[in-house]
Amino acid sequence: MALSRRHFLKAAAGSGLLLAGGAQPGRAAGSAVPAPEAVGILYDATLCIGCNACMVSCKQYNTMPGGALEQEDGSLPYEHITPAQIYDAPVELSARTLNIIKAYKSGRGTNKDSQADGYSFIKQHCMHCLEPACVSVCPVAALQKAPDSGIVFYEAERCIGCRYCQVACPFGIPKFEWGKTAPRIRKCQLCRHRYAKGGYAACCEFCPTGASLFGPLAALRREAKNRLAATPGSAYDFPVRTVDSGVSQRRPVSRYIDQVYGLAEAGGTQYLLMAGVPFELLGLNPAISEQAYPQLTWDYIRKVPALVAVLIAAGVASHMITRQRAPEKAP
Amino acid sequence: MTKGHARQGTATIQGISRRDFMKFCTVMAVSMGLPEAMAPRIAAAVTAPKRPPVIWLSAQECTGCVETLLRATHPTLEHLLLDLISLEYSETLCVGAGHQAEEFRARSIAANAGNFILVVDGAIPVKDGGIYCKIAGRPVVDILLETAPQAAAVIAIGSCASWGGVPSAAPNPTGATPVHKILAGSGCVVINIPGCPPNPYNFLSTILYYLTFKRLPDLDDKLRPKFAYGRLIHENCERRPHFDAGRFAEEFGDPGHRQGYCLYKLGCKGPETYNNCPSILYGDVGSGSWPVGTGHPCFGCSEEGVGFTVPLHTPARPLHVTPPAMFPAAIPEEGAGATALAAGVAGLALGAGVVALGLSLGKQAEEEED
Repeated sequence: MALSRRHFLKAAAGSGLLLAGGAQPGRAAGSAVPAPEAVGILYDATLCIGCNACMVSCKQYNTMPGGALEQEDGSLPYEHITPAQIYDAPVELSARTLNIIKAYKSGRGTNKDSQADGYSFIKQHCMHCLEPACVSVCPVAALQKAPDSGIVFYEAERCIGCRYCQVACPFGIPKFEWGKTAPRIRKCQLCRHRYAKGGYAACCEFCPTGASLFGPLAALRREAKNRLAATPGSAYDFPVRTVDSGVSQRRPVSRYIDQVYGLAEAGGTQYLLMAGVPFELLGLNPAISEQAYPQLTWDYIRKVPALVAVLIAAGVASHMITRQRAPEKAP
Repeated sequence: MTKGHARQGTATIQGISRRDFMKFCTVMAVSMGLPEAMAPRIAAAVTAPKRPPVIWLSAQECTGCVETLLRATHPTLEHLLLDLISLEYSETLCVGAGHQAEEFRARSIAANAGNFILVVDGAIPVKDGGIYCKIAGRPVVDILLETAPQAAAVIAIGSCASWGGVPSAAPNPTGATPVHKILAGSGCVVINIPGCPPNPYNFLSTILYYLTFKRLPDLDDKLRPKFAYGRLIHENCERRPHFDAGRFAEEFGDPGHRQGYCLYKLGCKGPETYNNCPSILYGDVGSGSWPVGTGHPCFGCSEEGVGFTVPLHTPARPLHVTPPAMFPAAIPEEGAGATALAAGVAGLALGAGVVALGLSLGKQAEEEED
């Protein structure tokens, strides 16, 4: 391979620029700013009646073409498929279940949304972080954050199956299809295929009480703050389906714990949660800080392009040096 | 007439066998949540020579409550009127009319003071001195206040009498008031049998309970018998599995509706209405013979603040959404491994014990042989 010194320097400079160009400057912790058109979901556990309509519609609508659960044969990915029976009773998020309703229960479990002798539902799926760790660790950009909607989505064609995203996600969301020959990562993609056609998340469209509410992130944050500010017991018009649908149900405000989960957690997320029971009891890891997770490793990761450039330069240089010496040894 | 004659009379009037009669008593016992062994006591009560006198007052009502009673088949109307109770006065069913009927009512009240059961259907208007409902020229509120203190018990049948029902719907122009509020502080015992119309068997079971035990059934805080109104419709609904599985009819006539999915999204008030409709059904015509069974959401007719108050297709606010056992725990329980280990250790100990026992037994046998 003939490579002049001139060509080598050009190539080294070019690749360095290319790698450096994709990098972003580091930001302060917890200050992630959502895109102006970012969309999200507000889940209010006090409105949830545990009907599972969100889980059913999630599976149904994400199995359609373009959906996050689309199967090669177009089938519905039930949790349990044997020759004898097919049924769906997920107990945990999986590559076949991207959205799950779980329950907290203590004591007699009779009082909704209270900690003692009470119970509460909780809905788990991708948080759509403002600065997603899964995106930052993906070496091939198979996971990306849409610049406009902020949806964290996945492109199977790019994925090399390294599963770094599984390790990186502090919420344990990305799931891998261990049983398949051509496995994919499966996670909630906020019904991106429906959003592209003017629709919105199926879990919100089919929620009968507005417990799952879709809308622009800014409006959802306002809505959540309004609910926290309202006096418990007073009547409040809870929007249904989307925050600006114009359809609402008047109900008394429950006693919330004074926190909207997702405003600051992991640097802020586009999935916000409200509840009457502390979030750590609902299975949300209390160790998750307000740090945007990619920033933890940014000081190291930002040096990777330079490191790669140096390695390429060093390799090419050593090749050229050894090649120049080779003819001298020849007889 | 002796007791024996009364039983004989039952057979001849009704043309039913003793066997059928005992079957009826058993069915009534079961519908009240009583053991079958109670059937003979019920039989004795309903064949007692002196049938309990009943005075039936009607206020602001549509006669639906009487109609529902007429359509009960166990017992049939004639069995009820001729054998079980002595209906002394009812504007709908009286043979007499006008002054004749009113005179008989006064005589019956005087003769049976302290013993008769007073049944009231319809709300009681109190505005403007109660002039919006008059019987024989007198406001019904006056008649109620005069009659109730002499009754052994007052049964308010139907939603109107129980909590106001249709006549009390806003703006309530006549000041329609439920019976228990009119009689509050008078010391009268009031039982509410709400519903529009109520299930006749809730009423009949209450009457028979009283006849059998000479006391009233357990009542809840809204004065309803617990055997009938102890549970939400949602808890016994035949469509509940669809609710739990997230399958809903989105609109009337859609594929989900045709497949019998849950009607919650169409405004079913089952999750906030206490009644036993899904358990005992209506009209004795077999399964599915109640509103939700026919594909229409429950209207909450028997529940104060729901029926005639909340719009028909507004989604209900479920009370007591007890999480079913099938929900995965938010924080999974740990320690399954330790349990398995403990079981293994226990198994080892058991095995060792058996071996030791076997060895010692063998030794004993050897010693005995020696």
